[in-house]
Amino acid sequence: MKKLVFTLVIGALALAIAPAWSADQADQIIRGQYQAVLGDCAGCHTQAGGKPLAGGLPLETPFGALVPPNITPDGETGIGNWSEADFRNMMKSGIGHNGVRLYPAMPYPAYTRMNDSDIADLWAYLTSVEPVSNKVEANQLPFPLNIRLAMLGWNALNFTEASFQPDSSKSAEWNRGAYIVQGSGHCGTCHTPKSFLGADKDSEFLQGASLQGWFAPDITNNAQSGLGKWSEEDLVKYLKTGVNAHSIASGPMAEAIENSTSKMTDPDLKAVAVYLKSLGSDAGNTQPAKPDETRMATGEAVYRDNCSACHGGDGAGAGVLFPSLAGNSIVAQGSSETLARLVLAGSQAVHTADAPTTPAMPSLAWRLKDQEIADVLTYVRASWGNAAAAVSSDDVAAVRKGLTQ
Amino acid sequence: MASDPPTQVVAGGWHFFSAQEAALVEAIVDRIIPADELSMGGKEAGCAVYIDSQLMGAYGASSRLYTQGPFLPGLPTQGYQGEANPAQRYRAGLAAIDAFLKQRDGKTFVELARAEQDAFLTAMEAGKVDLPNGVKGPAFFGLLLQNTMEGFFADPVYGGNKDMVSWRMLGFPGARYDYRDHVSKHNQPYPQPPVSIIGRPEWLGKGA
Amino acid sequence: MTKILPRKDVVIVGLGWTGSILAHELTDQGLDVLAIERGPWRDTATDFNIGYAQDELRYSVRRDLFLQPTVETMTVRNDPSQTALPMRDFGSFLPGNGVGGAGVHWNGHTWRFWDSDFQIKTNLTKKYGASRIADLQVEDWGVTGTEMEPYYDRFEYLAGISGKAGNIKGELQEGGNPFEDPRSRDYPNPPMQMTYAPTLFAEVGRSIGLHPFPTPSANMSRAYVNPLGIAMGQCTYCGFCERFGCANYSKSSAQTTILPVLMKKSNFEVRTDSEVLHVDLAPGGKSARGVTYVDTSGQEYFQPADLVLLCAYGLHNARLMMLSGIGKIYDPTSGEGTVGRNYCYQTNAGVQVFFDDKNFNPFIAAGALGQTIDDYNGDAFDHGALDFVGGAGINCIPTNGRPIGTRPTLPGTPKWGSAWKKATVEGYKSTLGYSSQGSSYATRNNYLDLDPTYKDRFGRPLMRMTFDFPDNDIRMSNYLCDRMEEIAKALGGKQYTVSRRKKGWDSVPYQSTHNTGGAIMGTDPRRSAVNTFLQSWDVPNVFVIGASAFPQNAGKNPTGTVGALAFRAADAIRNQYLRNPGAPLVQA
Repeated sequence: MKKLVFTLVIGALALAIAPAWSADQADQIIRGQYQAVLGDCAGCHTQAGGKPLAGGLPLETPFGALVPPNITPDGETGIGNWSEADFRNMMKSGIGHNGVRLYPAMPYPAYTRMNDSDIADLWAYLTSVEPVSNKVEANQLPFPLNIRLAMLGWNALNFTEASFQPDSSKSAEWNRGAYIVQGSGHCGTCHTPKSFLGADKDSEFLQGASLQGWFAPDITNNAQSGLGKWSEEDLVKYLKTGVNAHSIASGPMAEAIENSTSKMTDPDLKAVAVYLKSLGSDAGNTQPAKPDETRMATGEAVYRDNCSACHGGDGAGAGVLFPSLAGNSIVAQGSSETLARLVLAGSQAVHTADAPTTPAMPSLAWRLKDQEIADVLTYVRASWGNAAAAVSSDDVAAVRKGLTQ
Repeated sequence: MASDPPTQVVAGGWHFFSAQEAALVEAIVDRIIPADELSMGGKEAGCAVYIDSQLMGAYGASSRLYTQGPFLPGLPTQGYQGEANPAQRYRAGLAAIDAFLKQRDGKTFVELARAEQDAFLTAMEAGKVDLPNGVKGPAFFGLLLQNTMEGFFADPVYGGNKDMVSWRMLGFPGARYDYRDHVSKHNQPYPQPPVSIIGRPEWLGKGA
Repeated sequence: MTKILPRKDVVIVGLGWTGSILAHELTDQGLDVLAIERGPWRDTATDFNIGYAQDELRYSVRRDLFLQPTVETMTVRNDPSQTALPMRDFGSFLPGNGVGGAGVHWNGHTWRFWDSDFQIKTNLTKKYGASRIADLQVEDWGVTGTEMEPYYDRFEYLAGISGKAGNIKGELQEGGNPFEDPRSRDYPNPPMQMTYAPTLFAEVGRSIGLHPFPTPSANMSRAYVNPLGIAMGQCTYCGFCERFGCANYSKSSAQTTILPVLMKKSNFEVRTDSEVLHVDLAPGGKSARGVTYVDTSGQEYFQPADLVLLCAYGLHNARLMMLSGIGKIYDPTSGEGTVGRNYCYQTNAGVQVFFDDKNFNPFIAAGALGQTIDDYNGDAFDHGALDFVGGAGINCIPTNGRPIGTRPTLPGTPKWGSAWKKATVEGYKSTLGYSSQGSSYATRNNYLDLDPTYKDRFGRPLMRMTFDFPDNDIRMSNYLCDRMEEIAKALGGKQYTVSRRKKGWDSVPYQSTHNTGGAIMGTDPRRSAVNTFLQSWDVPNVFVIGASAFPQNAGKNPTGTVGALAFRAADAIRNQYLRNPGAPLVQA
C-alpha cells in the first residue's frame, strides 16, 4: 500500500508541472493506475530494478521466448505513437498499432472482457508515466511462429472478441469478482489448462495448469484439488498478504501478489473470493490409491531428517513462516511439478507490507536423489489427511532436467 | 563460497600422498584410533582418505590464513608462526619419520609391530625422538592427531567416519535439525539413528 | 584511479547488527543510506541451507562463515616488552564477516548490563575507596541504567528474546534474576524448554542457596513476530548455533529481524564484497567527507557522504579510526590519546562434572539454552572483605554435542588409542559442564594500536593487541572457581575438574569473541574517543557503534548492550544530530 501511495504522490507531482491535465484527467489517471494494478501490467512489462513499464524479462512460452515490450509513452521505442483507439483495439482484439498481431502471452483473450471506460482509464494512465527510451526486441520465437501473421490463424481458431457478460441471477459482488477474474485479472492465463495451440480450455476454467516449470493450482472450489477448504476470508488474506493458514505464495504467484493482488481494494478481493468459491464441482473427484508401505517408510525417514524442522513432524507448518503441508492445496494437486520444483530449487515467499518476512525454502537438489524426493513427496501427499497420488522418480527427474537446462 | 554444497570425498586413489606416504599415514591413524570392540580403526574409517583430501584444498595450502612474513619465533601463546603450511609439514614430517626409523631400526613405521608403533608415537608425542631435517616431533604429532580426529568425527561426506561409525559409537545423531520431541525427555536415550548430510541408509529403504 | 561516486546522506561501514539497526532507523527518517560490507551477502535458505548447514568440520572447525585471517588479522602480545606477532589463524576469538556479521553465528545470550556496571568508577570508589581500583583504569560510561532501559527493551523486542524477568518496575519476579535492574516489562517470549543438564544445575544451585534463572536467549522459545512485522520460528534445539547460521529462522540476527524490511526500502542500498580502506577527512581533519573502499576487482571508489557510521566489529572500528586519523592513538607511556584505550576482554573459567549414571544428550541444545547464576556477578555481592572487584555470571549452557570439538574425558585420559576411545565414549553423554564468564577491567597496559611491522593485503598496518589478564581479574576468577567448586561438590558426580584462568593470555584456544573497548564512550574527551551518543569527539559527523564503546567489560555477553547502544545512537541522530548536522551533540 505504501508503494502505491508513493507513486500516487509522484503522479500528483507530475500533474503539478503538467498544466495540460485537468482535475478530471488526474482522477482518470488514478483510476487507470488501479486498472494497471488489476491487470498487473508491471508484472510482465517492468524488469526487476528496471524503469517502470519500459519492457520486461523474456517470458518462456511452450513455443519460445517472448519479451514484453516497452509500454511507456516513448515515441520511438514505446507506445507514444499509438492512439487511444489503437490501444483499445489491441486490448479487445490483440491487434496493435499498424495492425501488428500480438501473441496471446499478452492476455488479450482476457482483457477483451474489460469494459471501454476501464480501458480508457488505463490508457490515460499509461500516457502519464515517464517515457523511457528502451528498445525491446519482443519477438524471439522460432519460425514459423515468429511470423506474426500466423496469429491470424490462431485467432481464427481460438479467439473471439467478447465483452464481459454479467449474470443477473448473481449478486453485484459475484459479478464484480467474475469481471476481475475473467478480465483484467486474467487468472486463467496461468490457472486454466491450455490446448496444444496454447488456447484456454474453457471447460477446465481455472482447474490448474503447468507453465514455466510450475503448476498453477486449481483455484476453483473443488474440495480435493482446489480451494474447497479455504474460506472467503482465507482467500482474501492470501491475495492481500501472500500468506494464510493453508499456504504461502512463492514463484510466479508471489509476483502476482506483490505487484497486483496485494494492492487491490478489500471489496475487490472479497468479490474475487466470492466468485472463485462459486466455481467448480466435486463430481469427478476420486480417491487415489494408498502408496505402498515401504515408500511411506522411506518417505517418512527423509521427511523427518529434512523437512520436519520447519514444516513440523505433523506437517502443520508454523504460521506465516513455514506453510502447513497438511491440507495444502499445492500438495493436493494432481500434478507434483510444483512440489518437486520446490524441493529441488527452493523458493522464496512473497513480500507484502503485511507479511514482510520472505522466508525461503532451500534447494535440496544436492542432498536428495530423485527417488528420495519422490518418496518424501509421496509420503507428504498421503499423510495428515492429504490424499494425492504417489510421485515417481521419473516425475522428479523430469523437473530436475528442466531446471538444469 | 559459504553457500555452495560440499564436494563428496570418495576413497580410491591418493591425491596428495604418494603410495608410500599413504601407507604410513594409514598405519598411524590406525594406531591413533585402533580397531577394537568399540569401533573399526582409523584406517578403515577413512581418516587417511580425509587427510589426503584436506591437504589438497584450502586447509593444506593455508590459503585462508595470514601467511605474510616476517616469520619470527614466537611464544606458545602467539600460536603457530612457522612458514610451512600443513601440506608442506606432512611432506617433511612423514619423510622424517621413515628416515628416523630406517636409521634407528632398519625398518619403516609400517614394518614395525603394533606395540613398537605405539612406543614410537608415544615418544614422538613426548618430544623424545630427534627427527631429522628440523621436524619437531610433538608439533607434527599434534597435527596428525588433530586431523585424524577431524576425519573420524566429521561428516562422512569428507571421506572419514565411514558409515557414521564414530557417531554410532558415541550416540551422536549427526546432522539432525529437530529435537523438539525429545528436549524434555531428560536422562532418556535418544531413539533415532544418526544421519549424515549425505543421508542415511533408511532414505533408500535400507535398514541401518 | 579512484572512481568518485554520487553522494549519499549516510554511509554505514559494516552491515551486521548495529549497521542494520542504524540503517533501518535512518531510512525511516527519510535519509538515503548506503551500507558497505566487506564480506558477502548472506541469506538463510542459500547460505545456511538445512541440507548441509549441520557440518561441524566446515563451519565450526574451518569456520567458513568467519573473517579469514588472510583478509584481516592482528598481531598479539601479552605486554609491551614483547614483540607482537600475527594471529596467523584466529583462535581465542573469531570475528565475523559478511552481511549479518558475527550476529549470524552467535549463540544468542542477550544480557543487560546494570547501572552499577555503567557507573562503575563512581560506585566502586564510593563503596571501597579509590585505592581499591588504583591498578585499574575503569571508567564510567556516562549513562545510567535507567537511561539505557528503553533501548534494551527495543533490542529485546526486535530480537524476540526468550527469558524470564527478575524485576519489573521494582517488583521482584519469581524465577527470574533477582539481581537485575528494574525492567519496564517482561521479555517478549517465555524461557526456552530446559534440557537435563541446566535443569539439574539449577536444582542443585537452589539447594545451596543460589538464585539460578533461565539465560535470556535469542533462540526462540516459540514462533514470534517482531515489531517490524518479521516472523521467526520456534527453535528446534538442533545444537548447531554458535559458528553456524540458523537454517530455520529461529535465532535472531539481522537476517531474521531487520533485513527483510530494510532490503525493500528504496532509500537503502548495500554493496557487499567491498572493503572500506579508510574514512576520508576534510582538510583540517575535523569532518569526514566520505569513505574510500575497494571491491573484489581491486577498483577503488570514493563514496562521499554527510554522515559516516562505523558499524564494523568493535576491533575493526578502532583500527579504521586509527587508519583514518580520527582521534589520537593511545600511548600507554604517556597515558595520552584515546583510540585503542581500555581494550578489555572476558575472564572465563570452567568446570566439568563427570557422572556414571546420567545421560545429558548433549546434542539437544541451543546456543543460549541454559541457566545462569548471577549471585557472584558485578555488584551483586559485597567485595568489602575480598581482594578484587568485578565478578562473573556462572552459566550452565551446554550449546552442543558436536563430536570434533566436544568430547569431555576424565583427567588423565590419554589423547589417543583404545583407552582414549573408551573414556571418550564414557564421557560423551554423561558430563555436565558450566563456566564463569567474568568481567574484564581496563588497565594502563592493555590497549590497541597499529603494528610497526605486519601489514594487511592492501599494505595497511595490522592492528596490534597488547593484552594480559589483570591481577585483579585473575583473583576474581579464582574466587569464582571456588564458588563453582561448591556447586560441583553439591552436584555429586564421580569426579570434577576446574580449569582456572591463568596469567599469560593465550591467543590459541577459543575463549570468547567479546573484545571490547578501543573507542570508548564517556564524558571526558581526554579519556574517551566518543561521547555517550557514540559520536566521535574529534570528527563529529562520524559515529562509532559497537562494543568498541565499552569502557570495560562486565561478566556478561555484550550483544544486548551493543544493540541498546545502537538504538540510543540512532535516536540521538534522528532527534538531535539532524537538527544541526555536523555539530557535536555534547560540548567538550
